[in-house]
This record gives sequence, structure tokens and C-alpha cells, in this order.
Amino acid sequence: MTHDVRSPEAVERATARPAASGPARRGRSASVRMRLEILFFVGPALLLFLFFVVWPIVKAVQFSFYRWKGFGPLVDFVGLKNYALVLQNEVFTDAVVHNLVIVVMSIVLQLPLGLAIALLLNRKMWGQGLLRTIIFVPYVLAEVIAGVVWFQLLQPQYGVVDTMLASIGLEGPAQGWLGTPEYALGTVIVVLTWKYLGLAVILFLAGLQGVPDELHEAAQIDGASWWQVQRRITIPLLGPTIRTWMFLSMIGSLQLFDMVWILTKGGPANATTTMATFLITEGTKRHNYGTAAAASVILFVIALVLALTYQRFVLRRDVAEPTARKKATR
Amino acid sequence: MSTMTHSPAPVAGHEERTTPPTRRTRRYPGGSPLVYAIALVVVALTLGPVLYGVLGGFRTNAQLADDPAGLPDPWVLTNYTGVLSNPSFWQYTLNSTVIALITTTVVVVFGMMAAYPLARYRFRGREQLFLVFVMGLLFPATVAIIPLFILVSQDLDLGNTWWGVALPQAAFALPMTVVILRPFLMALPTEIEEAALLDGATRIGFFWRILVPLSGPGMVTVGVLAFVGSWNAYLLPLLLLQGDMKTLPLGVADFSSEHSADTAGVFAFTTLAMIPALVFFLAMQKRIVNGLQGAVKG
Repeated sequence: MTHDVRSPEAVERATARPAASGPARRGRSASVRMRLEILFFVGPALLLFLFFVVWPIVKAVQFSFYRWKGFGPLVDFVGLKNYALVLQNEVFTDAVVHNLVIVVMSIVLQLPLGLAIALLLNRKMWGQGLLRTIIFVPYVLAEVIAGVVWFQLLQPQYGVVDTMLASIGLEGPAQGWLGTPEYALGTVIVVLTWKYLGLAVILFLAGLQGVPDELHEAAQIDGASWWQVQRRITIPLLGPTIRTWMFLSMIGSLQLFDMVWILTKGGPANATTTMATFLITEGTKRHNYGTAAAASVILFVIALVLALTYQRFVLRRDVAEPTARKKATR
Repeated sequence: MSTMTHSPAPVAGHEERTTPPTRRTRRYPGGSPLVYAIALVVVALTLGPVLYGVLGGFRTNAQLADDPAGLPDPWVLTNYTGVLSNPSFWQYTLNSTVIALITTTVVVVFGMMAAYPLARYRFRGREQLFLVFVMGLLFPATVAIIPLFILVSQDLDLGNTWWGVALPQAAFALPMTVVILRPFLMALPTEIEEAALLDGATRIGFFWRILVPLSGPGMVTVGVLAFVGSWNAYLLPLLLLQGDMKTLPLGVADFSSEHSADTAGVFAFTTLAMIPALVFFLAMQKRIVNGLQGAVKG
């Protein structure tokens, strides 16, 4: 998809710059030799990629048209029936809704919090380096490890979260935060925010390094307050970083599996299923490979549509304003 | 993500990070107590759960039940020694390490090789070939997971092996690697190449003797990202590995569900499982940030 945002000039420049030794003035044998070299260099990566990425995805599309239990030949062609089954399955449509809620809430929570913390930390202060490292810790942990720790913290009654709530006179739900259908998804989102906020902060901080000081100084001389400088200058210049972070966040939310699997396995009463947990349960637990494949194709289409739409309407602006971008990122 | 091919050298990011932040911030001195107070809250919320797990490993289950929010009193080591004398823990650590090393090696070698012609050769179809890899960024591993499981376990008979997990992981890490490395290789000055070719080097010789040594930082960045991804991976190992072949994330998840009543033991196991990763990743923090930043800033 990267090429889509490239203006023709950019491609032109990119192709023109490298390779001092074009095949132009060499003979035909040189060109054959170059082809062999290209094959030698790109071949292994391409083979691995085609074999383990492209081929399984093609197979997923194929499986989705068959009823198949995981053994024997693919014979039971059912057309679009698997798709109909999946789309009529309330567990799956709920899972799609959960994924979308997670997409939206991740951004709604992490964007303001991440920006606030990044702006706060982007100044000379004691322990700045240490602070950045600490904020990065949850991101570096495996989702499984973070999930297992939080699972213990969130145990009903005797978990530390409920104990601390009790000490200020509040009471957690009797079945626990993860065990009560109304709270489970929200709790998962809180844990995800804890896990991924550090990434947003670190990326925003890196982006802030590229905002030129002169702008701040000029604005200050003109009498702008700290807040005005942030709102009118810093945050707009951080735009490209924010937009691309949002994109990464969305794609990640759509694929969410590990954290949910550890915290709730999609329960209670399917309150936290995601598309990924649905297709894993269908495939490996129930051996309905056809429906699982149909679900994965739907997941792919949703991700693709979202990515292309976002790219078309949001990311494209970054290419349209190359000067602003350069300033913001260099 | 989609703007990343523009960057001439994403890894050049670390240069700008070395500029002292003092210059910009002098005018807004950050010494106010409020800032420190907020920073402290952020640190407490961030580290709290992790520290609670670490300290919980030094307590008994009785202590945890009596006063969940207390400190160890007395400190007990049996949870930690119990995990450390558990052969499964070491087996899982070994599996995680080997799988991550295979993944990283394959990704760096193949990715570097593929990025070279894509960056520095001129041939028809180059952009299309690059696009094949870029499209890979759009294919989440989850989509392919069921056929991948069948391919590896039934067709290749690599079901419960290190390679069976490492090769698909490497394949899925390749797009990001190529996308990060290509602009990096493009940014190396053409004069070096011209000089080398004038001196009679072949393009392959130029690659091995000049380009690879010059690309150290780029390779470290993609290598660290691949290692992190593999070390933390859960879904593919979950489907493919059983018994003695499990990786640490699987081991942690199993231990947690099998010993759910032994909270202190779970904390000790989890803590020990996160230590090697934490140490390695925090040491490599700059590289990870540079890599992610390179992917984001474009």
C-alpha cells in the first residue's frame, strides 16, 4: 500500500537516485548477469514470503468455500455458505463490534493521554531518561505476561485491585471485573491502554524532537502562552506521527488475540470475543476450518477497507504537505 | 506505516535524538512540582503492576490472601527457587531463545539480501516487486493462521519443532524488514558504489564487503524488532508447540492456569520469564524506538 501515497515524482526520484551502474551501457550478458544477481538476492526472501505468507492466505480463501474438518481432501464445496453462517452468527457479529469498540476506545484513551504525557515529558527535568525507559516497560513485555499479571491483580475480592477499592469504600463486582459481562470488555480495554500507552508516548516524544525550536521561540516572542504554543504549533506539527500511530493502533486492535485469550478467553458469555478469538475457537477447538477461514477472510477485508479508507482520506494529506512533514519529522 | 518508504534513512533518527533537549526547553523550565507529581503518578501506574508481581513472588499465598496490598513479610525465596529448579522453565527459555535466534537470523540475512537490489539496482518491475513485500504489511498473521497451522503441522511435518515456528515468523517479519532496510540502503551515497565498481568490485562484492558492514545500525534495528516479535509471540506457538517444545509465553500461560490457586508461584514464574526480555529490550531500547519511529515517521 505504500506506493499509493507516493506521488509520481517521488517514485521518479527514488528510481533515478541509486544504481550508478545501470545496465544501459553494458552488453546483453551484463543484463543477464544482473537478472541472476537479482534472483540470487531477492529469491530466498521472496520464496519464504510466498510460501509462508501468500500461500496460506490463498488457502484461507479456498478453505472458506468448503466445509472441511481438517482432514481428507477438500470435496464439500459449499459456495458462500460459510460466509452466511459466520455473518449470521451473533458471536461473530458481536466480535466485530468488540473489535471496533477496541479500535475506537484505544485511540480515544491513548491519544489524549499519550499527548499529555509526551508534552509533559518533553522538557528538561530530573530523571527524564529514566522516565522514558519506565514508560516503555509495559510495551516491551509480552502481551501474555502482562495479561497473566493483570489477571491476578483483577481476581475478584482478594485481588489487589478490589482490595484497594475496598480500602476506599468501593466494591468491585462480585464476579470480578473480568467475570462480569458488562465490565469485561471495558476492563480489557483498560489493560490494553496500560500496555500500549507507552508506545504512543515514545513515538510522540520522538516526533516532538523534530519540531524546530525556532518556531517556539518566535511564538513566544509574539506573546503566545505555553498552551497556545502546544496547541497551535507543536500538536499540528506532530500530525503525521499521530496519524500514522493511529493507523498502527487500528490495525493492531483489529487483530487482537493474545490479551483477550489470557484474560477472558472471549468470555464471560462471549462478552469479549474478537474476530481472532472467534476464528481460533472455530478452527482449532471445533475443527470448523471452513467457517474459521471465512471469518479470517472477513477480518482481512475489514482491515483492508479500513486501511485503504484511512490512507485515502487521512494519510494522503501528509504527502500533500511535504514541507510541513519535513519540518515535523526531521 | 504507509508513508515509510519516503524516508531516506529511518535509522538516521538516532542522530537527532542525540541533540540535547535543553535548547528547546530552556524557555519553559520544567521544574514545577506539578509536573513531577504527574510524572510520579504515571510511573506508579506504569510500574505498579509489574512491581507488584515481582514483590508478590517474594510472598507466600497466605500473605497475599491476608493483605493483598502489603509488602513481603518475611521475604520468602521458595517461589523463585521453585521456578529456577523447575526443568520446564529452562526448557521453555531455551526454546524461546533458539526460535528467536533462528527467526532473527533468517529475517536479517534474507531481508538484507532482498533490500539490496530493491534499493540499488535499476530494473523494470522493481517497484512492483517491492510492492509485493509492502502488501505483506497488510496481511495480518491471524488471517493466515489456520492454513499456516495445517501447512506446517501436516504438509511440512514441522509441527512441534523450532523451525516450524521460526520460519513463518520470519516470513511475516520480512515485509517490515524490507520496508525499513530499503530506504536505509538507498541513502548510502552512490559515490561509494561508483568508487568500488571503478576499483573492479562486482556488485556482489560491493554488497558483502561494503554495504553489509555499513548497514550495521539498520540490521541491528530490524534484528531487534524481529527478536522482540518472536520472543513475545503467542498465537503461532500456541497452535504449533506442545509439551517440551513450548516457549516462555506458553509456559507462563499454562503455569498460570494450572496453578491458578498458587498466586505467589504464578508471580514468581512470570517475573523470571520477563527478566531476560526486559533486560535485553531495555538495553536495546533506542534501537526499538528508532525502528518503530522509522516506520512511523516516514
